[in-house]
Amino acid sequence: MTSALGSAPAGSDTASRPGRGDTRSPARPHRKRWGRTVRWTGWIWVLPALIMYGVFVLRPLVLTVQYSLYHWNGIGAARWAGLDNYLTVFTDRDLLKIISNAFILIIFFSFIPVLLGLLVASLVRRITTGPAGTMVRTVLFLPQVIPLVAAGIAWSWVFSTNGLVNQALRAVGLDGITRAWLGEFDTALPAVGVIGTWVMLGLCTILLITGMSKIDPSLYEAARIDGAGPVREFFAVTLPSLRQEIGICLTVTIIAALASFDIVYISTSGGPGIQTTVPGLEIYRLAFSQRQVGLASALAVVLMALVLVCVLPIQRLTRGEK
Amino acid sequence: MNLTTRSERLTGRIFLIALVVVTLLPFLSMLSAALQPRGTVPTGLAWPTDPQWGNFADAFTAANMGALLKSSALIVAGVVPVGVLIATMAGFGLGHLRVPGGHLAFGLLLLGLTLPFETVVTPLYYQMRDLGLLNTRWAIVLPLIGLYMPFAVFWMRAHFINVPRELSEAARVDGSNTWQLFWRVHVPLARPAIASLTILLFLWTWNQFLLAIVLVDDATKRTMAGALGAFQGQWGTDLVLLCAGSLLILTPTLIVFLIFQRQFIKALLQGSVKG
Repeated sequence: MTSALGSAPAGSDTASRPGRGDTRSPARPHRKRWGRTVRWTGWIWVLPALIMYGVFVLRPLVLTVQYSLYHWNGIGAARWAGLDNYLTVFTDRDLLKIISNAFILIIFFSFIPVLLGLLVASLVRRITTGPAGTMVRTVLFLPQVIPLVAAGIAWSWVFSTNGLVNQALRAVGLDGITRAWLGEFDTALPAVGVIGTWVMLGLCTILLITGMSKIDPSLYEAARIDGAGPVREFFAVTLPSLRQEIGICLTVTIIAALASFDIVYISTSGGPGIQTTVPGLEIYRLAFSQRQVGLASALAVVLMALVLVCVLPIQRLTRGEK
Repeated sequence: MNLTTRSERLTGRIFLIALVVVTLLPFLSMLSAALQPRGTVPTGLAWPTDPQWGNFADAFTAANMGALLKSSALIVAGVVPVGVLIATMAGFGLGHLRVPGGHLAFGLLLLGLTLPFETVVTPLYYQMRDLGLLNTRWAIVLPLIGLYMPFAVFWMRAHFINVPRELSEAARVDGSNTWQLFWRVHVPLARPAIASLTILLFLWTWNQFLLAIVLVDDATKRTMAGALGAFQGQWGTDLVLLCAGSLLILTPTLIVFLIFQRQFIKALLQGSVKG
């Protein structure tokens, strides 16, 4: 299933146009003229989508870039700022911390789920199509189906003073380390990260197991005959074969980490201090509470660029040849 | 398969079961809290000796569930059919009719594929204000249709690009025009791709939070996720009611998910390119 998507990467569409030549066939001049008119009128099919996209995405996007070059409180007159706002984004200590928070979240949203998912996938190899397999798949997909807001509420409760985590710690005699996990300076960001891990783990695991079941078993036979142990087998067979699936997992989860908003807003509102504030939340706060629309917009442009800088190389690496 | 050793398979199975348990625990913990008597301080996971199912009835009234369901349903009804239709048309135009210059339009759309919604939400606020649409459901519906276009068109184009062109040639000979061709031949063939897209757009709309809290103040005009955020703001200190209400708000999604479980998982796996 995922390979169907992989076979239509963004860059290769000019190469895969076998049908294009026949409308230009010199043997059929009538057809040619008729075909060309049809092809131009074909724009009617594309226009509704393009108009909606243009009005509600491209126009706001251009405006964001424009706002980012001004000092503006959203009401009065805007003052030209040049690149001042960008300078602030890259030098202000708080804003730099906020951006680095998003990168720390990548560890929890992306790396841990992909590594754990790989471990489980290489041990399980496939999930049966029977009722037990269906049950496992359904449960693991629950976090993907519920709103992130709900995940935030549920985990706020799990991490609270009387919550499940502390209850479990007390049960094994670790009363000493119980705390309000989301409220304390040192544990708040990792705790928010764990919520992300919980949301992403099931999706990554299932994606990787699906990829796993498509690997030709004879590759493993060959590896075993060559005397490869489970570890070498993992690096020689599993990892290269799952390149595409790993790429998809990383892309999805890194975007979710960098652009995170819902979970943080609900579980900590960015606190304590700015310990868990992420760019998405800061944009919201700057634009709508602090009335610093220009700075908020500069941060928004930077966030968009960061997402691209992180995601494009992964796409290139994992989808390159096929 | 037979080559995996028994111990490996056993470890794998244990991991998988652990994963299932960890996934379920937060839900169970919420349920256990929701069933405690109002005004008590619940602990993480406790067997309710005297389960207070009435808490759900209280939460139903407190959350104004009837109005919330209606609002979310209206927003979904505004976004999904139109979004799916115009994305299918555009996918058909770009993938099958191959309009001249189509790759430019497609490239423009791809720009939006990884765009965080936070990047456009501020100008959208002013745009909606100028249109006089703030605090109406239109303020959520219209931008969402636009924001879904990159993925939705990418998705439908990927389907149409693989449909053999001879199919249309044959229908042309029958004398049908492009419109008839689209509805009679291509839409029926695209049904699986359309179904997956419908499920994804439904889910993303129902769960949309950022646009809902920025563009609409009134919780009864928001999406389910936006309403849940307001509910937490209002009842955050009453943990029992908060858990009961959150579970209640989740129920419609869970029911739909369990009924269409197979299709959902398929769609989510295929659609995870966007996430």
